[in-house]
Amino acid sequence: MVTVIHGERETEVARARVVGDALWLSSADVERATGWALTPDGFCRDSACVPIPRGREAALVDGDTIDLAALWRHMGHPVVQNGAASAWVLGTAAGERADALRSLMAPDFTLPDLGGHQHALSDYRGKKVLLVTWASW
Amino acid sequence: MKAQGFTILAVAMDARTEAARPWIEAAKPSYPCLIDHDHRVAELYNMVNVPQAVWIDETGRIVRPTESAGAYEGFRAMDRTTRTVPDEVAEITTRAKRTYVDAVRDWALRGESSHHAFDARRATAHLTLPDERIAEAHAHFRLGQVLRRRGETAEAETHFAEARRLHPDSWNIWRQTAAVDARGLASGPEFWARVDALGSRRYYAPVDMEGMPD
Repeated sequence: MVTVIHGERETEVARARVVGDALWLSSADVERATGWALTPDGFCRDSACVPIPRGREAALVDGDTIDLAALWRHMGHPVVQNGAASAWVLGTAAGERADALRSLMAPDFTLPDLGGHQHALSDYRGKKVLLVTWASW
Repeated sequence: MKAQGFTILAVAMDARTEAARPWIEAAKPSYPCLIDHDHRVAELYNMVNVPQAVWIDETGRIVRPTESAGAYEGFRAMDRTTRTVPDEVAEITTRAKRTYVDAVRDWALRGESSHHAFDARRATAHLTLPDERIAEAHAHFRLGQVLRRRGETAEAETHFAEARRLHPDSWNIWRQTAAVDARGLASGPEFWARVDALGSRRYYAPVDMEGMPD
């Protein structure tokens, strides 16, 4: 069992094959864990597609399984796993974060309140929002 | 602050809900108070400290990017034995907070015609953007949180240490992963040593707002 952590998702994957830095998952599990899917146009989410690099197809795709960690690194994102390779964080590249901020459209997120009720920033469209952080520590 | 079409969204950068709960319950806020165990908002908005704020208009557009929310680092002048701050410094802190709250109120009431709301050019100029080390630090912090929740605290700490190393400017990461005292505060000798090491650098970056201390 492997946990794949990406954005707001923490996905348990029953059938994963770990070989060193490689994380081989079925294409269905990849889509469940990341929202990205292997298509004839490459590796895609919404309207964005990243071509599978030429000459590396065999190293990244094996039948219906994908080395998600290698593909993620190829996309320029950080990949961090624990020593037992049972938890993998698929991070987001600084450039993607910076582009989002430069667009000036506030990045959306969903978080719970004390009662466990989920709030998305986008639920508050139509209002001005003062997003303000604090901490107990 | 009950302006039409305005809300505060408070986000606690707290790995444990129970650490944040007493503060929220005591404040009885009229606005949503969310808990961000994994500091995802800090990652999205490149935040490094609390309190920080972002002003977002009705269309979801940032009109003031991440900045200190009226905080002034008067605590640096604290007498560390008596935990008191000289009156003149306390006054600056109070004035900074009041100036910031007044500015928020002005924007809440007047929207884009408030001179505190930046146009796109100024908002862009005030952005602070992450680099690859910061992106990697957030990945390590996230993994540390997952491992900590699993009870694998020793390995969690190695990833927290890596996050601190990669993103030394983040007080959020440092204080969240530091030891806390009986009051739940990460403000022991290591904290003060880190503050002292700032030298002339700032704990809270100055805010570009008329009337705020430099």
